[in-house]
Amino acid sequence: MQYTLLILVLPLLSFIVLGLVDSKWKPKVAGTIGTVVLGIITALSYYTAWEYFSMHRVAGVYEKLIPYNIEWLRFTEFLHINLGILLDPISVMMLVVISTISFMVNIYSLSYMHGEKGFERYYAFLSLFTFSMLGLVVATNIFQMYIFWELVGVSSYLLIGFYYTKPSAVAAAKKAFIVTRFADMFFLIGILILSFYTKTFDFSILTAEHTTVFAGSAGATFLGFGVISWAMAGIFIGGAGKSAMFPLQIWLPDAMEGPTPVSALIHAATMVVAGVFLVARFFPVYYFQTPEVLHGVAYIGAFTALFAAVIACVQTDIKRVLAFSTISQIAFMMVALGVSGYDGQEGTGYMASMFHLFTHAMFKALLFLGAGSVIHAVHSNEMKDMGGLRKYMPITNWTFLIACLAIAGIPPFSGFFSKDEILSASYEFSPYIGGIMTFAAALTAFYMFRLYYSIFWGKDYIIKAAAHGHDDHGHGHTPHESPFAMAFPLVFLAGVTCVAGFIPFGEFVSSTGAEYHIHINPTVAIMSVVVASVSIIIATLMYRKPTATPDKLAKTFSGLYKGASNRFYLDEVYMFITKKIIFNSVSRPLAWFDRHVIDATMDGFANTTQWVSVKIKGFQSGQVQQYAYVFLLGTLLITAIVLIF
Amino acid sequence: MDLLNNILSGSIPMEAYLGVSLIMFFAGVYGFLSRRSMLMILISIELMLNAADINFVVFNRYLFPGHLEGFYFALFTIAIAACETAVAIAIIINIYRNLTSVEVGNLDQMKE
Repeated sequence: MQYTLLILVLPLLSFIVLGLVDSKWKPKVAGTIGTVVLGIITALSYYTAWEYFSMHRVAGVYEKLIPYNIEWLRFTEFLHINLGILLDPISVMMLVVISTISFMVNIYSLSYMHGEKGFERYYAFLSLFTFSMLGLVVATNIFQMYIFWELVGVSSYLLIGFYYTKPSAVAAAKKAFIVTRFADMFFLIGILILSFYTKTFDFSILTAEHTTVFAGSAGATFLGFGVISWAMAGIFIGGAGKSAMFPLQIWLPDAMEGPTPVSALIHAATMVVAGVFLVARFFPVYYFQTPEVLHGVAYIGAFTALFAAVIACVQTDIKRVLAFSTISQIAFMMVALGVSGYDGQEGTGYMASMFHLFTHAMFKALLFLGAGSVIHAVHSNEMKDMGGLRKYMPITNWTFLIACLAIAGIPPFSGFFSKDEILSASYEFSPYIGGIMTFAAALTAFYMFRLYYSIFWGKDYIIKAAAHGHDDHGHGHTPHESPFAMAFPLVFLAGVTCVAGFIPFGEFVSSTGAEYHIHINPTVAIMSVVVASVSIIIATLMYRKPTATPDKLAKTFSGLYKGASNRFYLDEVYMFITKKIIFNSVSRPLAWFDRHVIDATMDGFANTTQWVSVKIKGFQSGQVQQYAYVFLLGTLLITAIVLIF
Repeated sequence: MDLLNNILSGSIPMEAYLGVSLIMFFAGVYGFLSRRSMLMILISIELMLNAADINFVVFNRYLFPGHLEGFYFALFTIAIAACETAVAIAIIINIYRNLTSVEVGNLDQMKE
């Protein structure tokens, strides 16, 4: 399966070509190149998946294949960094997800970004992102993963800051980069500790079932926990930064400043699940070596799921609602991993997490693309500017509804199947976590339908006067359905959302690689459907027609409402810690030291040199005869010295 | 007296030649340092070169009688001196065209 290398090489080439050519070609050409390349990659990924999953299992499990592997850097006998391609069920599954969503987003952007300044740059960055994300999932070792992990962060930064003339976009890009970098620091520390004790970077050695590489670390502890626990916790923090787990979730809502298709691709479907993928990749290590860290993952996930769901209920910017919903859903996946067992049917959580990752990527990308379509039509992100759009945008309306039903967990849409597995895994682990997750699921249904009704139902759409000042072509007209290039991805993803639940996912992906039979736990299933339906009904009553109930509720729970609208003031807390405490007590003294001690020393050298030169520059008079005098005197002097001694 | 005798008898000792070349050389040095005109400086340089030539020949004649290197070197130096003079004169003429003077004291713009 050597051809899988093409999956990595093509987007890189596309990035280089588009990036170098920039605006020398017509935007249409750049867009077409990007999209066609992605089409090829998608086809290759599907072919890879088909070939991989139609292979025979060896001893009941899918083999890990490494079709390509080169030694990139060798430092010592143990320390060497390889680059390669690792195919196993989860990486193949991720290949399919990433290339599909990326392809859809490329098509969608042809129309959505049409006429934007920097269209070619946009496509170049999309290619870069796709390259890095694909490289991340097929990494054969932690270090390769880390390299691509950072590349993904960079492309995310570049795309969030795509509208770099907008200060808020620049701020959001910086925030995203700094927060994830901060988390990546722990990731790197984790990698270093882990590889120091195990003497390897290689996933296939680290995650082998009866591995002996951890023997060397036995007994080594730090602050009461084993060193491997610290390493794995650090690695999880890296994943939590990318996947926006509490308390590192603050960058994701702001990242919505980027173009909407980017939000769909990076901040909903692919990059933000990198953390989940990371934990899944290390799952055997977590499970066998550091179960306490794995349980920590579950608790953090459960808290984040609830926390983000509460905030999502009161946000008014539609993309932010979706952002918080993304945080909450990723937390579901984290919980599923955290509560999962390993062998056979106990590995429900693992399978459910990957399943949810798959289905969530599809319907969340659909939601974002739908939201983009709405934003494209009404030129606003705010709910108050929307309402009653179902008459104008039927395709968007229907596809959005399907996605909402999927995320709410209503059968037969895909979200139901994966979420149900997560819930039953949580209940098996602990009724408390199960309860929290059910509540979060109820909130999910509620806020998604609040969003849906606010956009497509509610008050009738008020057509703004044409003389509003903007010269946007769409403004002042009735909102219109999006063109084909935007509608096609919506319909395609909606189709996937309708059928994805019936994929026998467990046969492909499971914790051990052995076949896993999905069986729906009827109690949990019925309960979650009932809870979701009740939430939807409540949302329908409150938001389908404009009523006073939401305002009344907001008044009754004014404390909670205000807190949630301000995202529980976490950003302010961060600002306080960084600006007031770290800047004042650490950064400023350090800056002073740098300026007045280190720089001053260097300046001193320069100043002394200059002073000396000024003093002796009279020697160089330009008078040839003076030089000759000096030369003569010197000669005589040397002669005298030679003669005397 | 030996020296005088030798001179009178027709065999001139080496020191006499060296004395002449020494005087010529330091006359050249003095001229180089004290003259203001570049032409005079050039002539002084010629003096110094010729002093060196004399030394070549004398050392060859008295110390290594069977050899010819010193003579060749003297011839070589004469050729070089001729070229050098031609170049120097060309430079001086150009300087004169630009500055209407060949005073060496005026030529200090190259210092920076």
